[in-house]
Amino acid sequence: MEKGQNVDQWREWDAYYSPFDPCSPRQKYYLIPPDQMTTFQSAGLKQYSPHEALKRGTLWPDLYSPYPRGAKEGTR
Amino acid sequence: MWIYEKKLQYPVRVGKCDPRLARLLIEQYGGADGELSAALRYLNQRYSIPDRVIGLLTDIGTEEFAHLEMIATMVYKLTKDASPEQMKAAGLADHYVNHDRALYYHDAAGVPWTSAYIQAKGDPIADLYEDIAAEEKARATYQWIIDNTDDPDIMDALKFLREREIVHALRFREAVELLKEHREQKKVF
Repeated sequence: MEKGQNVDQWREWDAYYSPFDPCSPRQKYYLIPPDQMTTFQSAGLKQYSPHEALKRGTLWPDLYSPYPRGAKEGTR
Repeated sequence: MWIYEKKLQYPVRVGKCDPRLARLLIEQYGGADGELSAALRYLNQRYSIPDRVIGLLTDIGTEEFAHLEMIATMVYKLTKDASPEQMKAAGLADHYVNHDRALYYHDAAGVPWTSAYIQAKGDPIADLYEDIAAEEKARATYQWIIDNTDDPDIMDALKFLREREIVHALRFREAVELLKEHREQKKVF
């Protein structure tokens, strides 16, 4: 697994904006969760502490996906 | 807009009078993973998906209508000259009392088509994975229909349609890869 891949799970894009569109344009974005970047999880990855893992829903920081955007990432 | 070409995407020949097969083929007409579901699913998802993959959904969604037309042609040919007795023997008596020999959007078990078969989640990954799953399910359905006929003519067209599902599934998986990329990120080769 590549290092630091959950640093930026968000992708931004611009939808076509017509001068005749009624509302002001809005930035579009979507999330690529970390499972998308993993074909088969490798062994020996860094782990959260048991308490932290229970809270986050995963033992591995590499699989953690914060939501909503801007939520705290990584270890304490 | 669309431009209509008055011919089928691939020729449909039906070599054997087998109204029973029409009942099975209707799964791909008005079934959950049929061509109608596919066309409407993709053409509807286009609006809110990132612009890089809109064209793909337009192209594949349009092709699905061409497939729908091929299925319709097969069903029509298999039933248009069937007597009520033949319809009954083919398990189509229920269809006959409701629709005569008209086509209708329902599955092989007679369940009418519903938009609940298709989803537009707005999340591009969720939508594309639904599309990939739909293509694989349609491929499997074609296989099971092929297993249920010995007409080499109709098998030929069904094999073509089955292959298209495989190609479409790959295109959708490629679309996922495109969306995973960081577009602005500079690439170093």
